[in-house]
Amino acid sequence: MDSDLSPQDKKDLDKFIKFFALKTVQVIVQARLGEKVCTRSLSSPTGSDWFNLAIKDIPEVTHESKKALAGQLPGIERSMCVEISLKTSEGDSMELETWCLEMNEKCDKDIKVSYTVYNRMSLLLKSLLAITRVTPAYKLSRKQGHDYVILYRIYFGEVQLTGLGEGFQTVRVGVVGTPIGTITLSCAYRTNLAFMSTRAPGEDEGAYNGVEDSQEVCTTSFSTSPPSQMGVPGKEGGVPQQVPVQPCHGAQAEHRRVSSCPPADHVPATPSTKHPTSSRSVGVKSGSPCGVLETTFTRKVGAFVNKPGTQVTTASLDLPFAAFAPRAYDLEENDPMVQPPESSATSSPLQGSLHSQGSGESGGPAQDDFVMVDFKPAFSKDDLLPMDLGTFYREFQNPPQLTSLTIDVSSQSMAEDLDSLPEKLAVYEKNIDEFDAFVDTLQ
Amino acid sequence: MNCRSEALEVSVEGRQVDEAMLALLHTILLHRSTGKFHYKKEGTYSIGTVGTQDIDCDFIDFSFVRVSSDELDRAIRKAVGEFKDAMGNGMDGMGQISLEFYQKKKSRWPFSDECIPWEVWSIKVNVVNLANEQERQICREKVGEKLGEKVINIVEVINRHEYLPKMPTQSEVDNVFDTSLKDVQPYLYKITFQITDTLGTSVSTTMRRLIKDTLAL
Repeated sequence: MDSDLSPQDKKDLDKFIKFFALKTVQVIVQARLGEKVCTRSLSSPTGSDWFNLAIKDIPEVTHESKKALAGQLPGIERSMCVEISLKTSEGDSMELETWCLEMNEKCDKDIKVSYTVYNRMSLLLKSLLAITRVTPAYKLSRKQGHDYVILYRIYFGEVQLTGLGEGFQTVRVGVVGTPIGTITLSCAYRTNLAFMSTRAPGEDEGAYNGVEDSQEVCTTSFSTSPPSQMGVPGKEGGVPQQVPVQPCHGAQAEHRRVSSCPPADHVPATPSTKHPTSSRSVGVKSGSPCGVLETTFTRKVGAFVNKPGTQVTTASLDLPFAAFAPRAYDLEENDPMVQPPESSATSSPLQGSLHSQGSGESGGPAQDDFVMVDFKPAFSKDDLLPMDLGTFYREFQNPPQLTSLTIDVSSQSMAEDLDSLPEKLAVYEKNIDEFDAFVDTLQ
Repeated sequence: MNCRSEALEVSVEGRQVDEAMLALLHTILLHRSTGKFHYKKEGTYSIGTVGTQDIDCDFIDFSFVRVSSDELDRAIRKAVGEFKDAMGNGMDGMGQISLEFYQKKKSRWPFSDECIPWEVWSIKVNVVNLANEQERQICREKVGEKLGEKVINIVEVINRHEYLPKMPTQSEVDNVFDTSLKDVQPYLYKITFQITDTLGTSVSTTMRRLIKDTLAL
């Protein structure tokens, strides 16, 4: 019943709702680009800052929003939704959250459109700014890079939450009553971050580590990530998080450039197989969406790395952890103590960064005439114990290869290993008393 | 008119106190600040633009949004710094920091202006000491999650759209808003705190303030 609303008020209200929807999408997408947002306060109004808030308008996002709206406005049973998903460089994707701008039939006839509704919309946008930093996808989006990117999709119509997995949570950002209905803004976010991939569960981490393997060479040079980051992937159920907050600056700059470039340069959205009827747009992070799906990728060379990286293809990642296995052409006469095989460079960001500190001796694989530089770690005393810090580093930087990683015909295959496990378990169970006694002696 | 009162409670490690308080206070002030008012001759006014910026915490796995105003940030940091000093260093303890929004009501001589609070946020802080790095790491994440929940609580309260002071005329604007800042205009606010030592006895600045207020009448 719009009869109580004056034509001017109706016009204003429609305008407010339209721009509110556009600004909502801008806030959400900008919060998932992976960068910190910073806008300036202006004491004098410019006349173009809707809702008295400095929210930039990324042209591509506005274009996608308008395309999704197609001249309509969010209304009753016409919700505007922004879906945020994660896509790995392997091609697996997962919906992380869906932001819904909906309207219900509860009207507030007495409310002043040009004043109260406008101010409440401004308040709601502020709440949205705050809440977008609190849902789990924010942390994931800040760490996106080569391993995965965050994508957004805007659609109009019925809300679809089935892709969020079981047990998704909902947080309500806020409501604004208007004379034609109550606008509500909410977010449904996934809590179950276990990846659904075609590979067997045990091999997931291996595959991701394979992907990371190509990145560690450059990230370790910059890495200042704390050891704690290693523990996180388990929590996230396979989503790689070992890329530190400061991944390859070069790559990051590349993504940023794409996001700020005018629409003419942007690669058009890849056709979607999931939702053919709604407008799909690939997230602004990827310069070439097809590039993300390619099966070959070259290692980027970071600072202090002497040799350009080798090509890693997904074909070579058949075995779990196969990327860790030493390759024949890389092995030359190496003293494993001084010339670390590739795999050790990838075992942890922290170890890798220590690795890069000993730049004299660890200039990458295959150097014929290396010079042995006596590695004196900072603050070490070289006289006290037979095993000093430097020796300790050298010895434990290059652990022996895991037998299961050697692609050796004579060695037992993984399947045989697994088969022999029940027998081994039976033996251990028999000797359980011995083990208990041993544990008691330790206490 | 009743003053709306909201309470939040967090448990943090000593070095997280600053950031946790800043995160919550700035989140509240983000919602309780507008752009600068510019009054025009006909009694209408235009409002300036409020910018925002993302702040990452160093000791907590958390990021929050605050108003882009260095002046406001300095004022809040000063208050939080005083609170932290009062809490002492490296000691377990409890304290409470209150952010109060008020309106000034002009009184006739000889009475001084009344400050009538319309919204009070009380943040109880429980400081713990942790033994090792592993516990600290877990604390980083846990406190980050807790702060996220508090932000959701704050947003929930604010979006109830309960009482807000009426938009003032030009002559009354200083009774409702803090117009001393160059770039933004928060509602008039004050930050007070009280410390409880581990024995539970109250060593409070509030008592002193109550006495002062009574004597001022």
